[in-house]
Amino acid sequence: MNTLNLTKSMDLTFIEQVSRESGQNPSLCYQCGNCTAGCPYTHYFDYPVSQIMRLLQAGQRDTILSSKAIWLCATCETCTTRCPCEIDVAMVMDTLRIIARRENKVSEKDIKLFYDSFLESMKGHGRLFEMGTLLAYNMKSGHLFADADLGPKVLEKGKIHFFPKNIKGKDKVAKIFTRFQEKAKKHG
Amino acid sequence: MAEKEYAYYAGCSLEGTAVEYDMSMRQVFKVLGVNIREPDDWSCCGSTPAHTVDHVFAAALAARNLTIIEKMGADTVTVPCPSCLSAFKRAHLGMTADESFKNEVNELLDEPYTGGVVPKSTLQVMFEDVGLEAIASKVTHALPGLIVAPYYGCILTRPPEIAQFDDPENPISMDKILEAVGIKVADYAFKMECCGAAFGVPKKDMVNQLTYRVLSMALDAGANCIAVACPLCQQNLDLRQSQVNSTMGSSLTIPILYFSQLVGLTYGLSPKELGIDKLVVSADEIVRSRITLEELAQREAKVKAAEAEAKAAAKSKKVQVKEEDSKTEET
Repeated sequence: MNTLNLTKSMDLTFIEQVSRESGQNPSLCYQCGNCTAGCPYTHYFDYPVSQIMRLLQAGQRDTILSSKAIWLCATCETCTTRCPCEIDVAMVMDTLRIIARRENKVSEKDIKLFYDSFLESMKGHGRLFEMGTLLAYNMKSGHLFADADLGPKVLEKGKIHFFPKNIKGKDKVAKIFTRFQEKAKKHG
Repeated sequence: MAEKEYAYYAGCSLEGTAVEYDMSMRQVFKVLGVNIREPDDWSCCGSTPAHTVDHVFAAALAARNLTIIEKMGADTVTVPCPSCLSAFKRAHLGMTADESFKNEVNELLDEPYTGGVVPKSTLQVMFEDVGLEAIASKVTHALPGLIVAPYYGCILTRPPEIAQFDDPENPISMDKILEAVGIKVADYAFKMECCGAAFGVPKKDMVNQLTYRVLSMALDAGANCIAVACPLCQQNLDLRQSQVNSTMGSSLTIPILYFSQLVGLTYGLSPKELGIDKLVVSADEIVRSRITLEELAQREAKVKAAEAEAKAAAKSKKVQVKEEDSKTEET
């Protein structure tokens, strides 16, 4: 277990940033633990979601942004549904993940890589090309044979396409990506 | 139901690994007289990966489709996939509630979305717009012996402020639809427990462990089949079932059907047009067990007749014994 020096590592601007970007008020959390009790991923988290909320109240930017928990959260919405203080906890987790991505502090590289492969495919074709996404992920992650056992199954069922389906407006979709990237650059 | 036309957004999965969801949904809508029209040149909704990047960006990827749907003159889009649905609902609700969010999203788009399209899941259209009575009226076949665990997945009814449909903890719409077509439904505690979602590729073992719980809880509830409404759940439960078995050292075999496939079977539609052969864990036994309502009535009548006969036989035996008793008393 890590010991945190709360006075040294407290970053009050972080609390303000997360509150603004998520539209949630973390100080409402009174640590009842209902979110953690229902979280299907809590066994895999380094910090249970209620502890992430507590760390957030204490402005622990670095600990939170380098945690595995924010990447292993699947946004299943159980925490949000059950929070007695009506905090959208999943939205807080999503916001933390977005900030971690922006600051390039990604503890779960494979998960981010999979998301990126998905978005690349979408940017290139307008729609998701399942086979291409998997292959791109396998190449980039070095897990060359990830899910190779499933290949024959989907092949036999005629469910996999070997070539992408490009939509007519794929450039318009790609433009959403570039406009967003330009805007993000402008705002630092 | 009044003649209403819906825009129908199938989504990327339904062109690939979930093609049988698309096939069966279209067939069932046809039987029920629900008119659907596919938006021209739709694009991916952005799904989970987009909202890990930015919320305005994610909403823009979804809203491009809402703009297309708005332009085709439809006021409602029905969506089979809960992930697409959630992306659309977040974009639509966010943009109609918050002017500055709307402007930010529209800045990323070629053509702005003005907020005129209500997204609804296909399950919601069936349950609320078509209605149980109309759903039940088209049944021609029965599936005796089948006990289904209805599995809704995480986000079809959650969070309630976004989903605005059914119950966030104990949804019943799929239960009621299956019961309306004569299917027996198990009391299933893991209706909404997460299957592992989109982590299948990067975190296979974790997903297999989570899926195992969902599968074995269905068996514990006495079910011999699971009904789903989400392509990702279906993929984790069906396509990855052999992976689950090798990760967990189990030997589960339980067919995972889309609710639309089950409804279609009771409407007498052919297994081929419902894409039953596309399932990895075979559902052939379910298909073989299918009988017409007349056959079911005959079967039930036979059972009743046999019961009545047995009762009558028991009664006459009693009478005989009584008669014999009184005879012995006389002598």
